[in-house]
Amino acid sequence: MRRYATGILALILIVGWSVPGRALAADTLTIAAAADLTFAFKEVVPEFEKETGDTVKLSFGSSGNFYAQVQNGAPYDLFFSADIGYPKKLEAAGLTEPGTMYEYAVGKIVLWVLNQSPLDLSKGLPILTDSSVHKIAIADPAHAPYGRAAVEALKTDKLYDAVKSKLVQGENIAQTAQFVQSGSADIGILALSLALAPKLQKEGRYGAIPDTLYPPIEQAAVVLKASKDKAAAEAFIAFLKKPETIALMKRYGFVIPSKG
Amino acid sequence: MNWQPIVLTIRIAFTVCAILLVIGMPIAYWLAFTQRRWKFMAEALTAMPLVLPPTVLGFYILVAIGPHSPVGRLYQECFGRGLPFSFQGLVLASVIYSFPFMIQPIASAFATIDRNLISASLILGASRLKTFFRVILPLSIGGVVTGIVLSFAHTMGEFGVALMVGGNIPGATQTIAIAIYDDVQALDYKSANETALLLLAFSFITLSITYAVNRRLWAAWPLAR
Repeated sequence: MRRYATGILALILIVGWSVPGRALAADTLTIAAAADLTFAFKEVVPEFEKETGDTVKLSFGSSGNFYAQVQNGAPYDLFFSADIGYPKKLEAAGLTEPGTMYEYAVGKIVLWVLNQSPLDLSKGLPILTDSSVHKIAIADPAHAPYGRAAVEALKTDKLYDAVKSKLVQGENIAQTAQFVQSGSADIGILALSLALAPKLQKEGRYGAIPDTLYPPIEQAAVVLKASKDKAAAEAFIAFLKKPETIALMKRYGFVIPSKG
Repeated sequence: MNWQPIVLTIRIAFTVCAILLVIGMPIAYWLAFTQRRWKFMAEALTAMPLVLPPTVLGFYILVAIGPHSPVGRLYQECFGRGLPFSFQGLVLASVIYSFPFMIQPIASAFATIDRNLISASLILGASRLKTFFRVILPLSIGGVVTGIVLSFAHTMGEFGVALMVGGNIPGATQTIAIAIYDDVQALDYKSANETALLLLAFSFITLSITYAVNRRLWAAWPLAR
């Protein structure tokens, strides 16, 4: 009986150990993408995979978080940052492949509410001071570019102090969207790209925030020095520059900056 | 159903359990039987991962094994790649994170053994090692099983440490808890619910086994008679 039990235990251990853990294959791309690309990239990436046969692993998060991780040696091939400041700092620190920076879009912030909300978004930011608004979701300005832009816009419009106590911060812009979409927050300042995603389009509506209220959210991608497959990484950036992909990104509100 | 995070987390949990068993036994033995006056400090040290917030633990582990640290640089030279954001780095962090869950049950099981039996064995001529395997271990097997099961289940649910040290790379460091977090952020509640339910069921079964074994309702190692 004891031998039997030992055998079973050994079997479990062997099976548990040999359960296949995928080692990253040579033609696998690991992309660190800002959270505002959550829905857009879920369409773009399968197209790329189909065309090239490469496998892409996506990690979404806040740009500031990825910046810190890359500085600590994170093994990403590409970094899509919602704030060009981060790739520029990485380039200055010698952590990127020179000449690969690509400004893929200028981001925009919008107000977003669920369909059943009675709020009138055409009023713009001042609607946030309404007494029926208890919680306003923004991304954490410490490391999320959309959060910073939201705070800038509020300050420019002289509303920040009035609404400060109502702000709740998402770790990145996707979590911010989730706060509003789940009903926990009454309204949120989200990325246009998320507001245009099919799921959020169906469940809510968005209102414009004038560009003049906040500095432009310049977004850029860069190939990282730690990349094990620079050719594939550059192929992905080339794929993004194709007219079809640009049109797809445009549908999600990612507009190529006029200078680039 | 995305199996990759589940498979990965199981692999991490198995590896961590095996490592903790090997290094945990001697440490638990020392904690249970040592007469040193400063034992209480050692006990407090082993319990530290229990009280430190996982993100704090994760952050400092990241700094300790990062590319600017001696450990990190050594690993980079030996293996050609970094320790943070890798499966191995995550295993190391998890070992520290689940350390008390293995040590404490085993140490208390050792400590409650009747000392007369140990003395008798030593007096009759058995070496310390032989006494350990023939007397101490069989008598404390309940504690060992509890330690294994608890550290396994604890590692399965790992989030804060994994997020800091792992980098959320699918297939390499994206654990179940992080995958659920990701799904919620991507508004994919269906997938999040499925994975969470699986984790819940698994944890319940694991804990039920622990308690059943301890109540002697079901012996883990029935002795041949």
